[in-house]
Amino acid sequence: MHFGPHLLLAALEGLVTSAVLALTALGLSLVFGVMRVVNVAHGEFFMLGAVLAWAISTAISGHPALGFLAALVLAPLIVGLIALVSERLVLRRLNYNPEATIVATIGMLYIIQQLALTFYGPEARPVEPPFSYRILLPWFGYSGYKLSIIAASALLLVATWFVLTRTRIGLVMRATQYDSETAQAFGIPVDRVYAGVFALGAMLAAVAAVLIVPISQAHYLMGQDPLLLSFIVVIIGGLGSLRGTVVAAVLIGLSDGIISVFFSPTLAKIIATLLVAMVLVFRPQGLFGTASR
Amino acid sequence: MTDKNGFFDLSKTGLTRRTALKGLAAGAGLAVAPGFVRYSQAQSSAPIKIGFQSHRTGIGAAYGRWYERTTAAAVKAINEAGGINGRPVEVIIEDDGTDPGRGAEVVGKFATQHKTDIVYGTLFSHVVIGSAPAAGEAKMPYFVVSEGHHVASTKLNRYVFQPGITDVKSQIQAMAPWIAANAGKKVTQIFPDFAFGYDHRDYLPPALKAQGAEVIAQIAIPPTESSFTKYFPQIPAETEVIYHVMVGPAVLTFVKELGEFYGSSRPQLFGFIDSLEATDINSPGLEFLDGSHFWEGSPRYAQPVDSAAQKAYRAAVGIDDNGAAVGDPKDVSTAAHMFGCWETLYVVKKAMEDAGYKGPEDRAKLVEATEALTEFAEGPEHPQGPKTFNGKIHQCFGIQNISKVEGGRLNVVHKTKIEDGLYEPEGDYTTQAL
Repeated sequence: MHFGPHLLLAALEGLVTSAVLALTALGLSLVFGVMRVVNVAHGEFFMLGAVLAWAISTAISGHPALGFLAALVLAPLIVGLIALVSERLVLRRLNYNPEATIVATIGMLYIIQQLALTFYGPEARPVEPPFSYRILLPWFGYSGYKLSIIAASALLLVATWFVLTRTRIGLVMRATQYDSETAQAFGIPVDRVYAGVFALGAMLAAVAAVLIVPISQAHYLMGQDPLLLSFIVVIIGGLGSLRGTVVAAVLIGLSDGIISVFFSPTLAKIIATLLVAMVLVFRPQGLFGTASR
Repeated sequence: MTDKNGFFDLSKTGLTRRTALKGLAAGAGLAVAPGFVRYSQAQSSAPIKIGFQSHRTGIGAAYGRWYERTTAAAVKAINEAGGINGRPVEVIIEDDGTDPGRGAEVVGKFATQHKTDIVYGTLFSHVVIGSAPAAGEAKMPYFVVSEGHHVASTKLNRYVFQPGITDVKSQIQAMAPWIAANAGKKVTQIFPDFAFGYDHRDYLPPALKAQGAEVIAQIAIPPTESSFTKYFPQIPAETEVIYHVMVGPAVLTFVKELGEFYGSSRPQLFGFIDSLEATDINSPGLEFLDGSHFWEGSPRYAQPVDSAAQKAYRAAVGIDDNGAAVGDPKDVSTAAHMFGCWETLYVVKKAMEDAGYKGPEDRAKLVEATEALTEFAEGPEHPQGPKTFNGKIHQCFGIQNISKVEGGRLNVVHKTKIEDGLYEPEGDYTTQAL
């Protein structure tokens, strides 16, 4: 294959990765930014989204788009609910202590993963895409659905940005992120904001998973990679910075796509990790993060 | 990040001397409980204990589940027919997490804690390779159902056997003539980047060369990869056959993305069913495979030529004519491999009876009796087909099936002969000390 089409394929693959990564990492970043909780179980919420998408879309007969749309709405809501319950039952009881919540979310990771293995099983199960249009380029074919993921993700990111910066809920969240004690003094129910943010973070991961599942099957171990990449993105972009997260996701996604097409996927991972190290050394707050006070 | 609430301060967790003493007492009580020492000396009526190292979790979990079902069915049949040497068989399952490190620990646990007579069952080649030294050290006969060439390579040790399933080198050699004659002469290989994939990488090129065909590109993909389109530009345009053998949960994605990449103008495809074990061949996105060919150890779909033994085996394990669990068409089996569990257990039975096996002190006798086996006739104990066994390399040889995807099922179009897969032994385990 010639260089031009080869690069195009690499860029397309990279953009799909970026789109899903941006949503997942944004969830992680929000939870850290507002609650100062490092949610190690974030990848499992991603996995739950995909598994529920499978369950919902197989329960609904008729055109595959119906099942998929139902999954796109319901799966994140259910995952959000699960996150809400676990926040109430676990994180709140630990007073959001940073070290304790890391250990607790590691525990949640294993519990969710093994429950999925018990009730869903070890198979990788497919979800039919809502439409299966194949775009025929002169050099190779490409899935139309994959391109629609990029659009859907961009839409969701804009919506999240709108909620965070232009609504009252967003204002309350930003106030809590900036200084939770002062926010509380001004009558903001910090406790409820935490619960909501944790649920929202999980929902973003779940939405990303529903989008990706028609091209990459639901499997009970699928949460590991997104978790690792989300951490990389969040560290590079700056914890709690929406803009930084999106920029870092595109950067990591594209470089992963292009480097792994032209060189090797292992090199792509090496470079991403190196980038994290460089950022941590020279700009610990991340590219767009603000230095901690 | 200070430890304000003292979560990590052990002095605050309330572990008093009293609690510690209680715990010690409970532990001691457990150790002297009657059940704990029941079989410390083998008795004539005590069950023969088989330690089953199972992939219950990790990337091999789908295989583990079906290996357990097949094992349960075989043990039931053996026990109903009077057990081994008149003793019932008991299977003890431990999860290895499809992980080599844990695999070795599990073998140690079987040897020292459960005190099983043998260890058996595992599939993934890296787990076998990781566990074999532990089995050798414990002088524990270790019967694997793995398909890799590692046992037959004689690089493991005298306690490791693979009597129930053929190895990759033999499979490739048997099928290469068919590939060269029917699929194409210019082959691109796509394989997982670990031991099992390397068997394919190393043995396919010479096998094809002997048939006047050649491997023009080899693409190794990390076993944890979840997206594959980025590898496809490496497939040379002049490729006539893509030879794919992938494992793990992302295999369906692999085939779907290959379909999107090529559309209808694809090269011929020849794959190992490992790429789609436990996956419904009629899953959305797999229409692309229609007309392609697969290796199958034992056919997933019931075939018109199935023997009575094959039918009885399928009924005993509980799979329907489509190779899915009876009553749950979505629960697709790993039929191409799991027959090996059934057959291996019958080989163990035969060898234990030949050796007059009484207990762990006879393990060396069991090893020698297994090495003395030469042939397994097709029948209820060996439903996949007849086999020969080479005691020097601890490996069996049998027939292979090449199946075509047509009409939403896999139909066997070619069966190889045992002789097609024979090769010169690379060593001799029997020269090693017991």
